[in-house]
Amino acid sequence: MPHRTFAAFIFPSILAMLLFITLPIFSVMVQSMFIEHPAVLTTVENCGPFGGCTTETKVDTVAMAKLKAEAPMGQFAGLANYLNHNHLAIDDLREIFGTKSGFAEKVSSLMNLPFYRALAFTLTYCFVVTPLAMALGFCIALAVNTLPRLMKGPAIFVSILPMIITPLVGSLILSWMFNPEGIFGATLQWLANDPKLSLRASPVLTWIVILTYGVWTNGPFSFVVFYAGLQTVPMDTLESARIDGATRWQATRFVIIPHLMPLATFVALVQLMDNFRVFEPIVGFSAQANATSLSWMVYNDLVSQDAQQFGSAAATSVMTIIGVLILLTPVLIRTWRDFNRKVA
Amino acid sequence: MNMKLTKAVAAGAVSFAALIAGGGAALADCGIQGAGSVRILSNDFEALRVVNAAAAECANDKVKVTSNATAEHKNIQGPALTANPAEYTVAMVANNSIVPLLNDGLIRPLDDLVAKYGADLQPNQLIKIDGKVMAIAFMGNGQHLFYRKDILAKAGLDVPKSYEDVLADAKIIKDKGLMEYPLAASDKPGWDLAAEFVNMYLGTGAEFFAPGSAELAIDNDNGRKVLETMRAMTKFMNPDYLTYDANELSKIWDAGNVALMNQWGSLAGAAIDPVKANKDVAANTGFAAAPTISGGSIPAAALWWDGFSIAKNISDDDAAASFQAMVHAISPATVAAHSEVATWLVKGYVPGPAAIGVMGNATGGAKPYPMQPYMGLLHTALSSGLADFIAGKEDADQALKDVKASYDASAKEGGFLK
Repeated sequence: MPHRTFAAFIFPSILAMLLFITLPIFSVMVQSMFIEHPAVLTTVENCGPFGGCTTETKVDTVAMAKLKAEAPMGQFAGLANYLNHNHLAIDDLREIFGTKSGFAEKVSSLMNLPFYRALAFTLTYCFVVTPLAMALGFCIALAVNTLPRLMKGPAIFVSILPMIITPLVGSLILSWMFNPEGIFGATLQWLANDPKLSLRASPVLTWIVILTYGVWTNGPFSFVVFYAGLQTVPMDTLESARIDGATRWQATRFVIIPHLMPLATFVALVQLMDNFRVFEPIVGFSAQANATSLSWMVYNDLVSQDAQQFGSAAATSVMTIIGVLILLTPVLIRTWRDFNRKVA
Repeated sequence: MNMKLTKAVAAGAVSFAALIAGGGAALADCGIQGAGSVRILSNDFEALRVVNAAAAECANDKVKVTSNATAEHKNIQGPALTANPAEYTVAMVANNSIVPLLNDGLIRPLDDLVAKYGADLQPNQLIKIDGKVMAIAFMGNGQHLFYRKDILAKAGLDVPKSYEDVLADAKIIKDKGLMEYPLAASDKPGWDLAAEFVNMYLGTGAEFFAPGSAELAIDNDNGRKVLETMRAMTKFMNPDYLTYDANELSKIWDAGNVALMNQWGSLAGAAIDPVKANKDVAANTGFAAAPTISGGSIPAAALWWDGFSIAKNISDDDAAASFQAMVHAISPATVAAHSEVATWLVKGYVPGPAAIGVMGNATGGAKPYPMQPYMGLLHTALSSGLADFIAGKEDADQALKDVKASYDASAKEGGFLK
């Protein structure tokens, strides 16, 4: 394709990406550097329906309007939003690592900081769910591939159901099933012979349930991609392997898996990105007490409260983007090398 | 296009509701002088739906009435009222949700409108800030005690008056084998958990902030006593207590699994509704003021009011029409027809059985939810800072320290602290 044609084809996409992806990200980055103007407070008398008046503090709206008109973005604060207690907590880190406490104590103080606690769960979710979901998807793909033709359609449909169900709805359904009065919760109590066992009460069990949910909901994506890949495995190579006396396991290990490797890189890339933004299961399982993620922190700053903290939410968003980039670097480097090798 | 369609559908739904509620009255207008557009944004619970429906009765050739009742109202109201002209003319607010509107100067003083059209309003309905009427309250709300008459009778107990009584009673109920988990509270980390702390802390009579500043002042014996009580109660709760919010509490109450709990007055009516609620539980459900704490004399619960305010960025005609429609919507006639859905603050209201708790809180001298501009930030800090404590993973001192650190960071970002 001539360069001109290519540019003409690609131009609308580039424009849309600039407008709807790059610009918003840039605006979030700018926002994250600002804090609100210093509040001008006045003391006023408030009178309410429950008897009497009290003196209370109020924002002087006229003075604030003037400040805002002069500098609509607020005060420039540099990296303050990134470094404060609710994010990277530099001062707390200095305190934790400055004192001569034991390793376990250091870890527990670190996990007491909101950002690191969220980061710990986010990373665990990424690195546990991604490989397990890919393995699950691969196994399902192999199994479905051996089914007789008539049964393949229904089997594929059932296998991709978890992907079709809206994540929030899926996590709510599982959450109710794991309720002590739900089918899984009650069965587990009966199996463990412990009427007080509750999967939602202990942090470890909550993590396990959410990770299980993650594998369940992410498996189908790997399945679909791997199943498509399986259709392209060269039959002659497989056949010659079989003639050489390879078992089914050996054929899978030495023919199918190497053939699907580039696909696996692609799936890992997409899944890591997706899983780093884990959010729905935390809300669906009401797991805020035991598990939080970076995306949940953004949500908490913006939505569920009386006061919205845009600077704080923006700082967390930017750090989420940076986190995704760091995660993707090894995979991207690998892809780049493969590409170069093929060209050479 | 889509927007307009949604609006039309919403308007249709409201006028349909008005037809049911007001019968033929929906067709006659309510005597609004002048012309204008009335656009209401409100939270979504039954009493507010009744008010919205009554406001819709005012629609005529010259006055258009639409309403949007949504639980997301707090997130919508700021941007919607900042626009000029504002997307909504009326914002229904409560103690806490009026604060962001006041901070940004998005609602208008109502004194002249009250003088002109407010003959039906009582003096205690006028929410005055700095001497100016900024909102008209029409109902009270708050968390108060729900108790099971049958369980208390079987255990030989009186209705508890203090949290110390609640704990003692819970132990007796559990020891007698009447109930495995007699207590419940909305301890889900988030808004609900923070509200539990705020309620009890108000009951101690202490201040949240150093006088006249945004400096946090909850790291004291009162704060520790409140946390200690919250933790002690969890021993008598279902192990899933960390996942219970107010709506979940209603469900486990209705299932008959709890004997004592603090729950919203606005949900009291539904709990004793003989048609919708579990019959055995409903018949044995009693209400009382919230318990006191730590030897205090006032119910340990925040008093809330719900009311309406009028947007600033709208024409004076729209403001006048909106005010008149809302005054009609909360008129003594509306309230008389729906006296059971809320604890109304309106002239001629006779409290029913579901209002006992909120009335008890008010007459007992409970304090209103604080209206300081930085209270919302504290509520946020409490909502996540107390999670580890209530889960039993850290002690009270650490929890108060976490809350302070998190509040200080957001108060600096909000411009309230240097």
